[in-house]
Amino acid sequence: MAKDNNSMGTMIRTKQENEEINKINKVVLQTDKLTKKFGGLIAVNNFDLKVSQGQISSLIGPNGAGKTTVFNVVTGIYKADGGKVVFKGEDLAGKKSHQIIEKGIARTFQNIRLFSNMTCLENVMSGQHCRGSAGVWSSVFRSSHQKEEENKIREVAERRLHQVGLWKFRDELAKNIAYGSQRMLEIARALTTNPDLLVLDEPSSGLNDRESEDLMKFLKSLLKEDLTILLIEHDMNVVMGISDWVTVMDEGKKIAEGFPEDVYNNPLVIEAYLGKEEEEEL
Amino acid sequence: MRIFLEQMLNGLTIGSFYALIALGYSMVYGVMKLINFAHGDLFALGSYLGFTLLVWGNAYVTSHVGLAGGMIAAMLIAAIGIGIAGIIIERIAYRPIYSVGRLPAVVSALGVSIFLENIIMVVWGPRYQAYPVSVVPTLRFEIGGIHITLLQIVILILSFVLLAILYYIIQKTTFGAAIRASALDRDTAALMGINIETIIFFIFALGPALGGTAGVMVGMYYRQISFTMGWNYGLKAFTATILGGIGNIPGAMLGGLLLGIIEMLGSAYISTAYKDVFVFLILILVLIFRPRGLLGEKVAEKV
Amino acid sequence: MKTNKNIILKNLPILIVIALLTLFPFKMNNYWIDVFFFFGIYALLGLSLNIVLGEVGLFDLGHMGFMAIGAYTTAILNTTFGIPIIILLPVSAIAAGAFAWLVCSPIIHLRGDYLCIVTIGMGEIVRLVLINNPFGITGGPNGVFGIDFLSFGGSLVIDSSIEYYFVIWIIVGLTILGLVNLQRSRIGRAWNCIREDEVAAESTGIDVRYYKLLAFVLGAGLAGVAGNIYASKLMIVSPESFSFMESCMLFCIVLIGGMGSVPGVLIGAAAISLFPEMFRTFAQYRMLIFGAAMVVMMIFRPGGIWPRKRGAVKLESLLMKAGEENG
Repeated sequence: MAKDNNSMGTMIRTKQENEEINKINKVVLQTDKLTKKFGGLIAVNNFDLKVSQGQISSLIGPNGAGKTTVFNVVTGIYKADGGKVVFKGEDLAGKKSHQIIEKGIARTFQNIRLFSNMTCLENVMSGQHCRGSAGVWSSVFRSSHQKEEENKIREVAERRLHQVGLWKFRDELAKNIAYGSQRMLEIARALTTNPDLLVLDEPSSGLNDRESEDLMKFLKSLLKEDLTILLIEHDMNVVMGISDWVTVMDEGKKIAEGFPEDVYNNPLVIEAYLGKEEEEEL
Repeated sequence: MRIFLEQMLNGLTIGSFYALIALGYSMVYGVMKLINFAHGDLFALGSYLGFTLLVWGNAYVTSHVGLAGGMIAAMLIAAIGIGIAGIIIERIAYRPIYSVGRLPAVVSALGVSIFLENIIMVVWGPRYQAYPVSVVPTLRFEIGGIHITLLQIVILILSFVLLAILYYIIQKTTFGAAIRASALDRDTAALMGINIETIIFFIFALGPALGGTAGVMVGMYYRQISFTMGWNYGLKAFTATILGGIGNIPGAMLGGLLLGIIEMLGSAYISTAYKDVFVFLILILVLIFRPRGLLGEKVAEKV
Repeated sequence: MKTNKNIILKNLPILIVIALLTLFPFKMNNYWIDVFFFFGIYALLGLSLNIVLGEVGLFDLGHMGFMAIGAYTTAILNTTFGIPIIILLPVSAIAAGAFAWLVCSPIIHLRGDYLCIVTIGMGEIVRLVLINNPFGITGGPNGVFGIDFLSFGGSLVIDSSIEYYFVIWIIVGLTILGLVNLQRSRIGRAWNCIREDEVAAESTGIDVRYYKLLAFVLGAGLAGVAGNIYASKLMIVSPESFSFMESCMLFCIVLIGGMGSVPGVLIGAAAISLFPEMFRTFAQYRMLIFGAAMVVMMIFRPGGIWPRKRGAVKLESLLMKAGEENG
């Protein structure tokens, strides 16, 4: 995987550029000795993660390493058993999921969780829910404030739908569109919440090579919007192709982190992935 | 103290009714994830079947086979009849709907429940019916100052035997392991080679059969039966299921017995009028504070 | 641009129905007007349950408990203190809504089937408490009687079948307008998102707990309104009117009509209230047929008689910029 092989052209930052960025950029998300247990199983073990603004960071590791659990704690679905999560300088402890979304973190799921029986447009519009304020009475009586807000919600949603190329499916039920489109729809929905940090759980899973490439281009383009992206990924092409920083997890612990090419060649990382294969052969 | 022990006995008796009915709910819910609202009405139907047999065969029973024979015959007929009914209902009303979703299944179950309740009303009339005195043992004993009836003894022994047999099957046999596996994860169990058809047959035959037997017991114990008893007992038995841990078969037994005792103690020491309220409050409190019940396991949802 | 003519044409079926409902009572005898009054009550109740069950997907099998709270609030306050029914209408709605907020808060997080059982229990507890006449205020199994007619000041008194008919149907009409507006708002969308996937909804920034409670409170409030009108029309309330069986009927109205669908609920309500009338001669068998019909419906048309259609209308873009279309 030499850097000159990838198709991203001039959009990839050099290692030096990234070093500069790391020095000056704010840390958007940070976990500090984060721990999560399920009964006797320690899924996440004193895990430290740093995500810098304006970058694409990847979290990789063998299956069962605890990556999705980290995401679930960060986005408030699980409560941490130890350590803390700090987002834009604020401790997220005790916050409910929807409050964390309001603060500016948006996520997608490994197994795509869309609102199947609602249209694509409605799915995306739901992302603007937390940015609206119309209450029951103004909705029942269709106050002018509520009508204005509805129009604004529609506009933002439409923009995002266009951006992911799904405008033609706006009135299709989400369950009826193709798998690849569903993935993009979920990302569009996440983007509609106006996040500062976009957290994607295996976004290229199930996509073919061409779709993966389109996805990578798309994610890169999001950086222009002042977004920060954190990915869980298995597809090494994606990880190497667009990541500015990579953290590696195994059995709940961080075992390596650094620039993509350094991590790729790190013997510990190789052992974590290949070592597992050996165990399975036995 | 004497009253306390007598109430305990009453509680255990009622508890065994609940336990027998609860087993049906637990098995079906565990494997099929379906609340079989019709189950309570199957229990009632069993009671009426026993009633019919004993009324028609009244003369025969008292002269030929005696009380014991009559009771056994009634329970057998009820068990077999209701077992068959359970299987028929599963075929007609539930099987076509599994793939559609939870809500249609609930409506269908409610529909069956309404249907059964009204069949009973149409066939046997809306007024109370009563098990004839002549077929019910009325012997009373006094042991150590505590009053107990022969009927109670019979019911308690019979119930415990049935429960013990079922416990043995579920916990100690391979077939029982297959049932427990299906209750945990039906699809994987099927993939592992477990014949789900057989499991379904078993739970929809045995659960209602036990319920039908309980129906005869209730008929003999209280003597008065009505077509509305189905859902009343059904709801309480379902409370017992939740109390013990839904999908957990020993839990259903434990829950049933406990519920009977709690209900009796509540009615004796707190208030008879509000005893049903008391039972429902227990249900709600269990669901709030310990939704998995006493013996149930925590089920985490993978996100 | 929509012309007035287009609007009328598009809504023609609804206008016909409204016209029929308005003219019908002048042609019918009181018996049938009363039947349609109760159709209206069921329609209101069905719409109230539709918020909880149809929009949010919460299994509520104890909904009559909320109507009972509303009905008894009206009955007791009116017969004891002489407070006029019209004032008690919002009071009953608030009482039912507050009750819903109180009892649902601790249980709102429960998973579908469990919530179902709890609502059954709640409904039963309400009924049992009413029967047992605590502090002597509920009148026990006989209930409370002597409730006044509805009146607006001294001049307009609602005391005939036809007048009650119009009252309930005006309320139903207003409710439908309000609910349709809610459906098209961010609140209605949030409800539907919760129904589709709670975890995804919460992770998209929707406060799931708040919106579930909101649905229950609104649904209860509307049921309370139904209770108020019902109490005033019948002049008597008793616990047996609010049984579990009635809650099941409401549940069926929503499901058989079509979840989340306003026309579906109306059809369901019509079926429930008019069905017994059609089978008058087979009175004994009608519940039998009803139960069987429920099963058959679920096998052949689980979506309901008139399921809600989404995305049927191709939406036009609100964005006026050229070149935005990339379909």
